[in-house]
Amino acid sequence: MEKTENGKFEGLTETDQEYLADLLKQLADDDYLLSFRSSEWLGLAPHIEEDVASASISQDMMGHASMYYGLLGDICGRDADDLAHFRKPADRRNSILTEKRNGEGEYLDAPKYDWAYHVVRNLYYNMHKKVKLDALKQSSCSPLRDVAAKAAMELYYHELHWRTWFIELMNSNDDAKARMTAALEKVNGECADLFHLGKYAEDITAKGYIAPEAEMKDSFRKEMEKVFGQTASVFSFPDAQKENGRLGGHTRDLEDALELMNEVYGSVPEAKW
Amino acid sequence: MKVEKILDEELILSKLAEVKDPEIDTVSIVDLGMVYKVAVADKNIKVTLLPTFSGCPALPIIEKNCAAALLELDGVDSAEVEFTFSVPWTSDRVTEDGIRGLKEFGIAPPPEFIEGDGSWHVDCPYCGSTFVTMENIFGPTACRSILYCRNCRNPFEAMKLVSSNMH
Repeated sequence: MEKTENGKFEGLTETDQEYLADLLKQLADDDYLLSFRSSEWLGLAPHIEEDVASASISQDMMGHASMYYGLLGDICGRDADDLAHFRKPADRRNSILTEKRNGEGEYLDAPKYDWAYHVVRNLYYNMHKKVKLDALKQSSCSPLRDVAAKAAMELYYHELHWRTWFIELMNSNDDAKARMTAALEKVNGECADLFHLGKYAEDITAKGYIAPEAEMKDSFRKEMEKVFGQTASVFSFPDAQKENGRLGGHTRDLEDALELMNEVYGSVPEAKW
Repeated sequence: MKVEKILDEELILSKLAEVKDPEIDTVSIVDLGMVYKVAVADKNIKVTLLPTFSGCPALPIIEKNCAAALLELDGVDSAEVEFTFSVPWTSDRVTEDGIRGLKEFGIAPPPEFIEGDGSWHVDCPYCGSTFVTMENIFGPTACRSILYCRNCRNPFEAMKLVSSNMH
């Protein structure tokens, strides 16, 4: 399967389209949701330079989501904005880790967000994304390879950023260590579905769109052990959790996030921005 | 007798060179290496551009400015502008003119390579000193970082290195 000059898919059967659409939803919804959650830190990050960095990373992630929604739109004939805004929670394929709120309170109402959680969540997510993009760069599907190559160049800076924060805080004072330990525990309860490839997992890997889950988990483990090797803690990764976002199971936090994000767009969908 | 000017690539590129980065008026999209392909069929032009960063909010503005500029050319009926990711934009696509334009604006050109620990080095665009510190890899736009020159004591920005060799 190749794409034409204008970046469109070619020669996809109906079932191919179904498999690819499910995979693209996983990739797009992940970046979309975590980009939103990260943007809720705007103005609240620990210091001004971090506020700039964090916002810039969120913007890149929204760009990645936009590339994936663009490909998804090519397959299902829908507008990327509509795909981002108007799909119901049950049709979302993002990992639970990407949808959870940042901590207590609301952005506009006493946000008592947890920076340790933000750092740990982003380290796990970004390292997972690095492994996935490496696999997608070898995909049998050329539009996926192209988008992965583009996203990987930007991810380089993101992963470096969160890894630096993680190692610094893990080796900092007792207060930081206690907060990081609590954050690790929380993330461990939300990240089991990160590498799950959804209901078409076997078909998606048989088609060569992406590497099998076990292979990617193994690469992830190796990368994370290198990072944890620079701290006093030991890396662990959960096997299962209550909800599996890749199968459309989600928490209340997703509904809240979508409702807030779609409020303006949903009021006048035909408006041009 | 009216002689029609033929729409050749050179003419189109010189027109595209008038389309500046919406935030940096000293560099054009040609200088930045964003123009990937120009196709002409009769009086219709199709230009394919490479986005620098995927989430760059300036892309729709560039698209609009590009089409408007091309339509100013004599004998053009339609101008289509599209973006592609089939070839990723890398910072080594910035031309010599682009490097000059960036410096003129107070932005250091992108470094050519990155060290093993992720650090990289550029010189101050104002005084040329190598005595600079990185303040923030992430800057006011996705493609730029914030640095400080310890010699002339000016804060400045640098274009980020973007290359396929980054792992």
